[in-house]
Amino acid sequence: MRNLIRFLSNNSFLFLFLFLLFVSFFLLVKNNNYQNSKFFNSSNFLIGNLYSTVNNVNDYFNLKEVNAELAKQNSRLQTRQINAFSKVFGNTVSVSDTTYSQKYIYTSAKAINNSTNKRENYITIDKGSLNGIKAGMGVVSAKGVIGTVKNVSENFCSVMSVLHEKNAVSTKIKKSGYIGSLVWELGDYRVAQLKDIPNHVKLTKGDTIITSGYSSVFPEGVIVGRVKSFDLPEGNNFYNIDIELSVDYKNLSHVYVVKSLMKEEQEKLEELNGI
Amino acid sequence: MVFSVLKYTSLFISLVLLQGLILNNVEFGGYVVPFLYVVFILALPFETPSWLVLVLGFVLGIAIDCFVSTHGMHASATVVMAFCRNYLLKLIAPRGGYDFNSKPNIQFMGLTWYLLYAFILVLFHHLFLFYVESFKITQFFYTFGRAIASTIFTMVLILVVQLFNYKSTTKS
Repeated sequence: MRNLIRFLSNNSFLFLFLFLLFVSFFLLVKNNNYQNSKFFNSSNFLIGNLYSTVNNVNDYFNLKEVNAELAKQNSRLQTRQINAFSKVFGNTVSVSDTTYSQKYIYTSAKAINNSTNKRENYITIDKGSLNGIKAGMGVVSAKGVIGTVKNVSENFCSVMSVLHEKNAVSTKIKKSGYIGSLVWELGDYRVAQLKDIPNHVKLTKGDTIITSGYSSVFPEGVIVGRVKSFDLPEGNNFYNIDIELSVDYKNLSHVYVVKSLMKEEQEKLEELNGI
Repeated sequence: MVFSVLKYTSLFISLVLLQGLILNNVEFGGYVVPFLYVVFILALPFETPSWLVLVLGFVLGIAIDCFVSTHGMHASATVVMAFCRNYLLKLIAPRGGYDFNSKPNIQFMGLTWYLLYAFILVLFHHLFLFYVESFKITQFFYTFGRAIASTIFTMVLILVVQLFNYKSTTKS
């Protein structure tokens, strides 16, 4: 016993080192289980507030572009309003409330922190559980798909961006309707890859890629990007496709969190098949 | 004593803020990222107890981790760096040991000594950090290149900081 204590005290420096290294690796691994690591998160209250103060200052530099973008979106929405349409056929069609039921609800929010240079990029936005945000909801902007909510605190939440190694978005080619999944591999933040498109599909440069709406995280038809280039390796059944993303992830400010009202119902139904 | 504790605390806070708010946004094509905050471990006085260097390294890493939500990634790298510093200081000690009043900077120890000291430690830190970040062996050379390029960039920043210090201390 005495020898053991002497051994420990002689090598205390080494043991302290091993202990601290163990603690940091423990945190690192535990990171995957996000509930336990909430405290060290950037949705952490103190850091989140600091970021939003810095962001308040930064906002002034972007006001011009943001205004232009909002005005453009306003005009697009105006054109969709009912008074922008005129009746073509008399009173033959009556719109009943039960024909359409609300499927998605949009909450507007602002990106207050953002990264594009890592393997796993996250965006922090300024709405949290107090605003009804839950993990797993989709985030879009006027320009396209942003990501999926991962961690939520009271006032902030962090969003797993499309620029995240492990994030895959279910998308389809608008023209032909073929489904593929969009993934991002480290490197250029403006280009992502589209997988699982079989070799018999006809592709052209500039084809529009939109969300499929299958997972009901994102509504169907949100723009994702355009085909930048593609090739078919010999003996391969699937294309390699590069997609030019429509969103500039370095310049984010106003985003919308999408809440799907029918997601639970859909998942419950699909779970039945799994049993 | 109290004065130097205050001095190093303010250095700690300003480095963490500088790294978290400004330097993390500096990048060249997602390839090179400078981590200037490690200069805190380099700057600790020679007579700091080795266990304290380890603990300070850990706290520094955790503080940076809080900014980028990487949970222990920076902490592990700074702890490794603090561990290596202990042995490196013994290895490259001048004949007769370190003078009582000297500090690990260019002014007291000379440019060659400082370059050797800083480069080895920063390289260890960056290699460890980038390999922990990628966590796979398939991109060995890519990660290696990132670590080397970022090391060089960080070294340039460290030397700039040292030059600023150099003037102000010779005046007083």
